[in-house]
Amino acid sequence: MEQIKVRDVWTILGDKIVHEGLNLTINEGEIYGILGPSGCGKTTLLREMVLLQEFAKGSIELLGKRLEGISEREAQGLRHQWGVLFQFGALFSSLTLQENIALPLIEYTELSEKMIEEIVQFKINLVGLKTEDANLYPSEISGGMRKKAGLARALAMDPKLLFLDEPTSGLDPISAREFDSLILKLRDMLGLTIVMVSHDLQSISDTLDKVAIIDNKKIIYEGTLQEVINVESDFIENFFGKMK
Amino acid sequence: MHKKPLINLQNDKLFITFKGELTLHTVAKIEKELAQVKTYSFNALQLDFESVTFLDTAGALFIYKLEKNFIKKEVTVTLLLEDTAQKETLNLVKENMKISHKFTPRKQKSFLEQTGELFYNYYIEILSFLHFFGKLFVTNLRYATSLKNIRFKEIFFEINESAIRALGIIALTSFLIGLVVAYQSAYQLKIYGANIFIVDMLGISIFRELAPLITAIVIAGRSGSAYAAQIGAMKITQELDAMKTMGFEPFAFLVFPRIIALAITMPILIFVADMMAMLGGLIVANIDLNITTELFMDRFSEVVAMKHFYVGIVKGPLFAFLIAAIGIHRGLMVKDDTQSIGFNTTKSVVESIFAVIVCDAVFSIAFTNLGI
Repeated sequence: MEQIKVRDVWTILGDKIVHEGLNLTINEGEIYGILGPSGCGKTTLLREMVLLQEFAKGSIELLGKRLEGISEREAQGLRHQWGVLFQFGALFSSLTLQENIALPLIEYTELSEKMIEEIVQFKINLVGLKTEDANLYPSEISGGMRKKAGLARALAMDPKLLFLDEPTSGLDPISAREFDSLILKLRDMLGLTIVMVSHDLQSISDTLDKVAIIDNKKIIYEGTLQEVINVESDFIENFFGKMK
Repeated sequence: MHKKPLINLQNDKLFITFKGELTLHTVAKIEKELAQVKTYSFNALQLDFESVTFLDTAGALFIYKLEKNFIKKEVTVTLLLEDTAQKETLNLVKENMKISHKFTPRKQKSFLEQTGELFYNYYIEILSFLHFFGKLFVTNLRYATSLKNIRFKEIFFEINESAIRALGIIALTSFLIGLVVAYQSAYQLKIYGANIFIVDMLGISIFRELAPLITAIVIAGRSGSAYAAQIGAMKITQELDAMKTMGFEPFAFLVFPRIIALAITMPILIFVADMMAMLGGLIVANIDLNITTELFMDRFSEVVAMKHFYVGIVKGPLFAFLIAAIGIHRGLMVKDDTQSIGFNTTKSVVESIFAVIVCDAVFSIAFTNLGI
């Protein structure tokens, strides 16, 4: 089933055209990568998908809802069905890890305190953090741990869609590979659809089912990783050259 | 150390032989010594680098430029370069220089353009503040529909943070202001023997104007700036984005609690300022003008009407709203760089103090004309 449909999306920031008619389709259960050279607007596209930024023209459909002109009520409904991991975690600095993860549960559910505590503990273990880290503040932990905690928070409401912005950047290679296998595990266990922006070649070849490559304001390729090498492009040549 | 290049003219051909190191440190001097080459006339050139012991990229760039320069003047250039490592350096430079273009310098703006931009930016800022107001109002309508949506926990936290902790400084400042005003006027009043009028003067000026203004200025410097910096930092760390994607409207979570907390506490703070400033005045009247506490109190209840007190208190919530709204708006205007936190924090204090004073002036004229 199609979970995300992007049709002819144009983005204009100031007087600079970022996207010139992007089209892509993301199916249920896929791990989908958005790749491209720096400054090509990968993160911008991701931000448009999660309603943080508006696009000039075209349409984006998420879980059957069109994002342009969406009502506040429907938007709120969508927000409960996705989780977003930001590049640097974006944890709320005034709350401990545990409070960060518990926040959506406290706000949006009627669960008892004890139940929430257990869910938080489960999520903390799931992403590979230790239970004793739960009472630390974001400023007291390392970048890698912040990312894991951010992922735990994104997973707090058991979303259908997971958006990851550079999930492995800034992680040491061992943590990065752990993160990759965690993402694969989550997809298999929870049936998530995962959309990610990444530059990490190892992570890309290990996890992604499908990729879209943005270059020169357009999507120059959408499909599986195996066939990407056949496409003529400087970026693909440089980026995937080693994989040949 | 650099060694002088040997320059040798034979018929129409010029021979230049370079020796020693050709690096960042020697290139400038060598370039100077080649200045005299311009005076010769020749149509062939041989550049000999065989006895160059070391070549870095600056040196290679120098060679590249030299060659290109003479080729442009239609001189046949032959390069003698043996060392493979040095050749590679030169090739690396040549390759990279081919693809690079000259930097186009940023266009200098004319005075007219700069002025236009300045005013346009003011215009945009005003529009964005109006947009903020509109959004505040709309979110207010949406969230104020039920008591459940009001975030009491955050409001109480903010009350503690921006009001209760400010009590000390406000009490002290207003006490000193009362003291100073009384002391200065006592000196004048003594001349006319109008000692007792100090009570009227202090009562009216402090209750109506001084206490509300002092409180507002202290709070603008203390809480307004804190709001701008806090929210600005949250914007940079993407915490605001995270809130939005999780469906937590920043206006409901961050903006309202702060505005409401300040609006509730400002009148209380003004009351404290009233009392402390009067205490300061009373002490000066007692010591300097020999007015006993009892006499002061008698006169006070006789001449200072309740309306003066209310006029001061009523200004409180309005000043609070201005300070909080401007501080938060400035916080939300922060861009993705650390400099803009400082810039917007400064602006928030300047603008909120200015707004408070303008608002106070309007009040002052309106109330007086209304006979209040």
